Amino acid sequence: MTEFVVFAVLFVLVSGMGFVAARWRRPQTMDSLDEWGLGGRSFGSWITWFLIGGDLYTAYTFVAVPALVFGAGAAGFYAVPYTIVVYPLVFLVLIRLWSVSHRHGFVTPADFVRARFGSPTLAAVIAVTGIVATMPYIALQLVGIESVLKAMGVNGHWPILIAFAILAAYTYQSGLRAPALIAFVKDALIYIVIIVAVLYIPSKVGGWGNIFDTAQAKFAKTPAPSDGVLLDGTNQLNYAMLALGSALALFLYPHSITGVLASKNRDVIKRNMAALPAYSFVLGLIALLGYMAIAAGVKPLSSGGKPDTNTVVPVLFDKMFPDWFAGVAFAAVGIGALVPAAIMSIAAANLFTRNIYKEFWRKDATDKEEAVVSKLVSLVVKVGAVVCILALDPEFSIDLQLIGGVIILQTLPSVGLGLVTGWFHRGGLIAGWLAGMAAGLWMLYEIPNVAKGKAHFGGSAYKLSDLGLDTRMTVYVGILALLVNLVVAVAVSLVLKATGLKDGEDVTTPEDYTADEDDPKVHEPAVASST
Amino acid sequence: MSPQDPPPEPPKASAPVPRRRSDHHPLNWLLVVPVVVPLLTVLFNHDGPRIGGFPAFYWMQFAFIPLGVLCTAIVYQAAKRRKGDDR
Repeated sequence: MTEFVVFAVLFVLVSGMGFVAARWRRPQTMDSLDEWGLGGRSFGSWITWFLIGGDLYTAYTFVAVPALVFGAGAAGFYAVPYTIVVYPLVFLVLIRLWSVSHRHGFVTPADFVRARFGSPTLAAVIAVTGIVATMPYIALQLVGIESVLKAMGVNGHWPILIAFAILAAYTYQSGLRAPALIAFVKDALIYIVIIVAVLYIPSKVGGWGNIFDTAQAKFAKTPAPSDGVLLDGTNQLNYAMLALGSALALFLYPHSITGVLASKNRDVIKRNMAALPAYSFVLGLIALLGYMAIAAGVKPLSSGGKPDTNTVVPVLFDKMFPDWFAGVAFAAVGIGALVPAAIMSIAAANLFTRNIYKEFWRKDATDKEEAVVSKLVSLVVKVGAVVCILALDPEFSIDLQLIGGVIILQTLPSVGLGLVTGWFHRGGLIAGWLAGMAAGLWMLYEIPNVAKGKAHFGGSAYKLSDLGLDTRMTVYVGILALLVNLVVAVAVSLVLKATGLKDGEDVTTPEDYTADEDDPKVHEPAVASST
Repeated sequence: MSPQDPPPEPPKASAPVPRRRSDHHPLNWLLVVPVVVPLLTVLFNHDGPRIGGFPAFYWMQFAFIPLGVLCTAIVYQAAKRRKGDDR
């Protein structure tokens, strides 16, 4: 009971902050996407660090990564190389995205693609891909909250409904300022809980050496060949490719880009690329909670007769910590779900408003109208996520998120490479996207999961032997699909250029990509800007 | 600068960015290191030597985090220093 009281008090406190956030760094008006959806594009280094950290390292990550380590061992640790590789990988590209978006007032990645390749169709394709990839991600944040509630013995769906109704209300009112403010509390709680956990739990279960040895002994007894505290010969390539593919995908997700565009200048982004790995350290420790759970003899709670491994971390906390601190730990996970869910719904709403609604229905929509539409769509998106969880098997959301990672990668040639070169033909990019999507979905469909008794969508590790290669190695589907995408995009671009088919007009200039905050915008608004 | 001050030059509302800047710098190549090293599983897929009970697989990957921070920070500082020289 103490647990639930502590959890509820912290949750209510943070919700209050969400509503107050509308007054924080108060703008003259909230009636534009720059203010509602990007917090006035004014966030400095600290706020951005908390915001992007809170955005990328989600509640689902905190629950699912240790669950994966608990179940499969070393393979689940890919989250660490993934979040090390990502920042140096995108360092030079993201500052170009910030600059060109500053100059042209872009709010979404699809805005950029439209201007770069002169194709509303391609932009709509990018927008729809982003929305589809983000929706199940929001739904999975609910899975994170639910696993915590289960560990507290709270069953039924009403607490989720209440939590999401509150979340929807303050996101509607405060926009991006709400998650930015809440992120401070969320991250502080997470850091405290994890530091306490890694200092306290190992001493209770016989030290780190014993934790790894107990885990290895458990994996040695299972029939699965490739689990263990080390990788084996078949899954090393997949480990590296999953880390690389996930790293390439991370900053293509609309919610990551929202966090980047909300920062006030290029230096803020550069500093954060150096400082954000602090979260990777915490993530690595969180992953090891999976082994601690093994050493502590944790049994995951069952739902519908099947053990739900997502509950291992909450059960571990419940077992090891005094009640009041378990409550703090659960609140950290619960609040950890609110920050990314808010940012994701804002990002998805902005994509719809800018690249579908304004593009195809209301060309002359005013700033105010854009903000109104985005606010309403952010509500619709959250209702959709709740329906996903309540009406469908949560397993389905997990499948969708797996698919989401593969399909968001298919926007890399347009968004990622588009920032570096304008060489591609818009037709080539659309053809590449189609080919990559088809290849990716087909491969995912073909992967079974024996352990879960599923014939299709059983994972993202594709056996190279299925392509006729004489090896037992597996590779992440996203990378293979991306290769198909790139080959087709280049080939079709070459053909279209050779035949002289008209390409879209690139309205950006090379200087746009290196502009900074003092540089003028291309379309300076007639009314003085809010700064 | 107070808003009443006349601008030193006529305002260029929609003019292109005045001076051509560049993000190029030889030290940018340092970024390749933290992208490639954490993906080379042969480097760290071993149990020993253990440190504080951690198999090499785990402590080495933790050690790549400061490596990444260091490389990224050097690239940032190098770019900043050169921006200073331009003025």
